Amino acid sequence: MQDDQLIIADKAYNSRLLVGTGKYKDLDETREAIEASGAEIVTVAIRRTNIGQNPDEPNLLDVISPDKYTILPNTAGCYTAKDAVRTCQLARELLDGHDLVKLEVLGDQKTLYPNMVDTIEAAEILIKDGFKVMVYTSDDPIIAKRLEEMGCVAVMPLAGLIGSGLGICNPHNIRLIKENATVPILVDAGVGTASDAAIAMEIGCDAVLMNTAIAGAKNPVLMASAMKKAIEGGREAFLAGRMPKKAYASASSPIDGTFF
Amino acid sequence: MKIFVNGEPRQVQDACSVQDLLAEMDIVGQRLAVEVNEEIVSKSHHEDYSFSDGDKVEIVHAIGGG
Repeated sequence: MQDDQLIIADKAYNSRLLVGTGKYKDLDETREAIEASGAEIVTVAIRRTNIGQNPDEPNLLDVISPDKYTILPNTAGCYTAKDAVRTCQLARELLDGHDLVKLEVLGDQKTLYPNMVDTIEAAEILIKDGFKVMVYTSDDPIIAKRLEEMGCVAVMPLAGLIGSGLGICNPHNIRLIKENATVPILVDAGVGTASDAAIAMEIGCDAVLMNTAIAGAKNPVLMASAMKKAIEGGREAFLAGRMPKKAYASASSPIDGTFF
Repeated sequence: MKIFVNGEPRQVQDACSVQDLLAEMDIVGQRLAVEVNEEIVSKSHHEDYSFSDGDKVEIVHAIGGG
């Protein structure tokens, strides 16, 4: 499967699993889980530096080195287009001009559902400013297409609410979004366990982005490994083309030659 | 003069530069980004950008998130 690469903004990746770095016990666990996941694109959040923090304390980017991983800064926690744009600009400065970002503008604290009006506004500004925008979106096929037409480099519909682990709540919409798309479609948010990731890939999604499904597992490093396999299995099943579903049985062993 | 660093008031010397502030905070050389009054001050200008009284400074870094 060497030639089956994921291409995002003209860069090729062998892994179709993208992972977040939140909610881990410590930086060691973060590093081990990310290594086990095989992910090449890793999301991070941008926050105030803690004043008075021990200066020797390791920095996340010392553990998840930009030399080794494609760092995908996100705008998590932003509820307005303005805050999201500002966060991306700080991230670009932080990462020495790196311009690939994950745009998410949230609508409400209870659901963390995306605010698509502000998301579209922010995407417009960011694309004009030279950013390569991977955009978190609701699973509305019309909105998803619009984001692609605007110039987003990847469109990332939610499969379920962020951190919910509810799985692929509306596979039909994800399928519709994928059918209409020419940019990569990633399921972002909602995956709870390995089978959810496999289903996303079997539908034909190009990749899956997850955080809590790994970090919130009892054994995050083992779950990271499970997710890697589920993504690969789901992708291969998609490429292989599944058998048609039938209402009745179809014997696997020949009927000819029976001696009873 | 008084400036605000990540929301906290802080006394600094007149003509204090971004570089001076980072040195005072012992965070020189770390991966971070600096914004003054919602405008980015790029790394190449840390030495020559001097604060004015009341400036609102944000110093940010990357942390775990999804």
